Amino acid sequence: MSTTSASTALRHGTLGTSASRPDGVAKVQGGFAFSSDMWADNMLWGATLRSPHPYARIVAIDVSGAYAIDGVVTVVTAVDVPGKLTYGLIVQDQPVFAAIGDTVRYSGEPIAAVAADHPETCQRALAAIKVTYEVLTPVTDPEDCIAGVAEQIHPDGNIFRHQRIVSGDTSVVGAVQVEGEYEIGMQDQAFLGLESALAIPDSNGAGLEMYVATQWLHEDRKQIADCLNIPEENIRLVLGGVGGAFGAREDISLQVHTALLAMKAGRPVRISYGREESFYGHVHRHPAKIWMKHHGDLNGKIVKIESRMVFDGGAYCSTSPAVLINGITHTQGPYKCDNAIVDGWAVRTNNPPCGAMRGFGVVQACFAHESQMEKLAAAVGVSPVEIRLLNAMETGDRMITGQIMDSVAPVAQCIRETDAIPMPAPLENNADLRTIPGGTGLTAQPSNIRRGVGWGVSIKNLMYSEGFDDFSTARCRISNGVVTIKFATSEVGQGFTMLAQQIARTVLGVDEVILDTIDTQVGSAGSTSASRQTWMSGGAVQVACQAALAQLFDHVATKFEMTRSELEIDGTDIVDRLTQRRVTVSEAISEIEIDCTEEYHHPPTDDLDENGQGNCHVAYAFVAHRAVVDVDPELGLIKVVQIATAQDVGRVLNPLAAMGQIEGGIAQGLGLAVMEEIIVKDGKVRNPSFTDYLLPTFLDSPTVEMVFIEEHEPKSPLGAKGIGEPPCISVTPAIANAIRQAVGRELPRVPIRPYDICL
Amino acid sequence: MPVLIPRSVDELVDIFQEHPAAKLLAGGTDYMVEVNLHGRKPETMISLRQVKELSEWSVRSTQRSITIGAGLPYADMEHGEIARLVPALAQAARTVGSPQIRAAGTLGGNLGTCSPAGDSLPVLAALNATIHVIGPDGNRDVEFSDFMIGVKKNSLRPAEFVHSVSMPIVDGWQGYAKVGTRNAMVISTASACLVRDSDEGIVSIALGSVGPTVIRCHGAETWLMKTMSLRAESTLDPVVAQEFGQRVAQESRPIDDHRSTAEYRRHAVGVLAQRLLLRSFS
Amino acid sequence: MSINIPVSGQSNEIYSLSVNGQVHQVKDAWIGESLLYVLRERLGLPGSKGACEQGECGSCTVIVDSKAVCSCLVMAADAVNTEILTVEGLGPNGALTDVQSAFLSEGGVQCGFCTPGFIVAVHHLLESNPSPTDDEIREALSGNICRCTGYGRILEAVRTVADQRRTNS
Repeated sequence: MSTTSASTALRHGTLGTSASRPDGVAKVQGGFAFSSDMWADNMLWGATLRSPHPYARIVAIDVSGAYAIDGVVTVVTAVDVPGKLTYGLIVQDQPVFAAIGDTVRYSGEPIAAVAADHPETCQRALAAIKVTYEVLTPVTDPEDCIAGVAEQIHPDGNIFRHQRIVSGDTSVVGAVQVEGEYEIGMQDQAFLGLESALAIPDSNGAGLEMYVATQWLHEDRKQIADCLNIPEENIRLVLGGVGGAFGAREDISLQVHTALLAMKAGRPVRISYGREESFYGHVHRHPAKIWMKHHGDLNGKIVKIESRMVFDGGAYCSTSPAVLINGITHTQGPYKCDNAIVDGWAVRTNNPPCGAMRGFGVVQACFAHESQMEKLAAAVGVSPVEIRLLNAMETGDRMITGQIMDSVAPVAQCIRETDAIPMPAPLENNADLRTIPGGTGLTAQPSNIRRGVGWGVSIKNLMYSEGFDDFSTARCRISNGVVTIKFATSEVGQGFTMLAQQIARTVLGVDEVILDTIDTQVGSAGSTSASRQTWMSGGAVQVACQAALAQLFDHVATKFEMTRSELEIDGTDIVDRLTQRRVTVSEAISEIEIDCTEEYHHPPTDDLDENGQGNCHVAYAFVAHRAVVDVDPELGLIKVVQIATAQDVGRVLNPLAAMGQIEGGIAQGLGLAVMEEIIVKDGKVRNPSFTDYLLPTFLDSPTVEMVFIEEHEPKSPLGAKGIGEPPCISVTPAIANAIRQAVGRELPRVPIRPYDICL
Repeated sequence: MPVLIPRSVDELVDIFQEHPAAKLLAGGTDYMVEVNLHGRKPETMISLRQVKELSEWSVRSTQRSITIGAGLPYADMEHGEIARLVPALAQAARTVGSPQIRAAGTLGGNLGTCSPAGDSLPVLAALNATIHVIGPDGNRDVEFSDFMIGVKKNSLRPAEFVHSVSMPIVDGWQGYAKVGTRNAMVISTASACLVRDSDEGIVSIALGSVGPTVIRCHGAETWLMKTMSLRAESTLDPVVAQEFGQRVAQESRPIDDHRSTAEYRRHAVGVLAQRLLLRSFS
Repeated sequence: MSINIPVSGQSNEIYSLSVNGQVHQVKDAWIGESLLYVLRERLGLPGSKGACEQGECGSCTVIVDSKAVCSCLVMAADAVNTEILTVEGLGPNGALTDVQSAFLSEGGVQCGFCTPGFIVAVHHLLESNPSPTDDEIREALSGNICRCTGYGRILEAVRTVADQRRTNS
């Protein structure tokens, strides 16, 4: 692993070092307050009644049975929503509660909520609510919607977005052509920290305070304010500890429900989902069907790509339009491509609603293009590495959207560095059975096993796109000799709070940095998603600290009679470059009050026109993965042995945190490759539990060998690129390609099941 | 609604007779899932935690059999003497859930729940285990094949409980294999236990998760024993092993569900049977 | 001997649990409450976490009579007459244990939701197996799911503690 050797010379806790997490001690001792650990005096428990039917008209709702139960305080339905009846991130098409006379559009759609003295009382109350449904036939095939033959299941219609990309000379035909129909199943974010919110109404009934685990406090607040018809300034949202997010908390889930119950009951209310409800309560990754055809010359150079992508967005819009755009604009992968025709659809059905999940549309596109690269390599008789090096994108290339790649783009280097990582030792005859497919199930012996190697390389956009100004805000205060940073950035486990301290320590030359409560009492930080927070919120913290530093320098120049223009931070001192006179930062800040709030904006982007042309993305990151997978071809069981990866990170700001993000992302990509899928039949979820939605365990996880490619990104405020999403994107096709090599099958669908491999 | 806490088997018999509708609670690894997730409302519970006798085990060397208490946790079967005497049971125990589940789960629970996916059940079936049942009318011994009578259905009568399970100590080879979609903490997609008694020249094979009950493949067993000798000095033709696997597969009655398909399960038990038989001769 | 627990609602019945060396009275409880629920919502010990309620994630791992079990699958009222140890009881007087320190120094903590369950499970592992191989570590912790880390830094943390204890012994 290449880390900068200068890190040992850096002051511990500054940028480039593996600084300690400010929340670490509390987390290992069990004292860290997740949103589900929060409690208030006089608190009631809340719970939600959900439709079992994927599509049905609501004829009647009778809540009287709930009120008859001892301990039940209040019940809310659609008639109790004082403001906007619907919410949503892009289009507000999702009802707070399904109303009488309207339809429910997915299995799990909320109809009512209750508040009571005990979670068990809540369950009995829900069971006592009588809903009369007229069950309808669900629309479950996106193709029917595209063809216009499906029933319109929503007044807005069944098409969330249709977008084409037409680029270059579409009449070009390649001497070599390879194609495939690829399918990506519905993955779930499955964060461990289950949804929870605690709403505390103000005593004057004009507003409330809410502690909630979320990805974007301000966006939540806006939707709560709209639905409750309360001014935003009367709602204070505080970040409750977040137990992972991975996209599932970008949409609201229980926020409005909790607020409604609390305001109506006049008491604090906490809703905490169980695992089954969590599967119904948040959006999932879009299942997708992608046809792709690559045209190449006889050497394997791509001359044209054709594709048709269909993303099933389920019942409500969520972020489907943006997911689609991400998918189709990444059709070419990290490869040069002059000519392309892409047709993309995001469709409404009565399947579970889909939205953001780490990778956001690019996971699906990448599975298709990396599967295609294997076919292209085989067709022209070159290796998986050679085909990718031959086509590798570079800075300055024109993309199929017409945008010029102006990010650092070390694609070839990622591939070469990954290729240089030593392969794992071959499987021994006396290998520990825990290390082979089947593990302690004792299904196989080493002689039954075949090993395969596969590659995946990807590109991922960073930040929000198509003209969205997803800025961030930070506040730096210096008071009584103490530096305090405030932001609304959601810490979901990725380590932003740690990074914020590192930035402040580096810019201001201090060791101690206090972090203020993460809440809506400061400007928006945007969402913790799109691999954006290091760039955007890191940028905001840096700008706020620099503004504070400028004021500090003004003060020091005056007070200590030093030359203002010559001042700089050196370690924990302020030094005059000319005279070398210095004063410690701690002395300098001891008698001054500074308060700076700054916003950080990225350069604007454009919409796509009808041919998919436009500078729609801000920046890009790249990564290569090589997977070594052992396969039992007769039983179809697998074990991922090693993932080797070189990732374009720009600059390593915290080595341990970077490793953690990469290893964690790889595990999620592995899950999609071989075991994770929400199984939906006729609109109903068949496996809403950890018994049957399988996450990789310690015994499923491979050795990971990684290299950081550190070519500083000049556009990034810290020189670093976001690193959260790339690790989970191309590892999925890398694993699929390895299994394909071992057993010689096409395997066009993920997750790959044992019967796909052996029957 | 009481939680009743007997401290001996005799107390348990009396309490259970007084409250025949009560639920017995040992490890809780099945029951509490029902309470937490499936709306089961506990009423009268009888805790087995203090009935220490249920967690004992003993060997009767003259009869060459081992008796394991219904309350012994799986974790205690994975190693040591039990593992040496009944290796297939140790192998099965090692695949139950997770280490945390194995610290609490018991044979009594597996038999009480009687799911065709119960990890220990193919072992009990292949070993012709005897279930020792105690009830208000006294003690009775039930052959495993008479104990498990349907999906999650056993032949216990009201106020009866499983006290212990006896299995023969077999000279020869025994092995267990379980197919799951990941390498730990899985409900079995298909499983098999094969016992080769090389003294008597007998083979038995039992399958899990491929029928409403655990399936003993008597047809395949009979065919194999007619086709070749299973005694110690015999050798195995791989072609015979392959046909054995196919015959075992044919006796399975799997279904399609959200975990897997009937076709895969049938195929998988055939492969497991073939591999287990080959291992029994290597 | 029996304990009377109400179906729900008010009652004067009390039972006691011994947790981290202290005896706690539990009253007005519902019989179906798991040990996890009682620890978190009644005894002021929210360190153990619930992520699945069915023993498939290990976030709720506690020690009951020296065995590491899922507290979501223990009926609280059935845990009378046992000794219960939670994550809150591992470190003496708020100090970090070596396992807790290693999780921090090796980067084994991200969102932290799985962390208490892992800390308890690792303490338990190293007590019975002070020098585990990597495969033994993986198997012993195969009942603890982490969604953030991919387990790499956690494995390193366990190796670190085992090495330290070997060096110090």
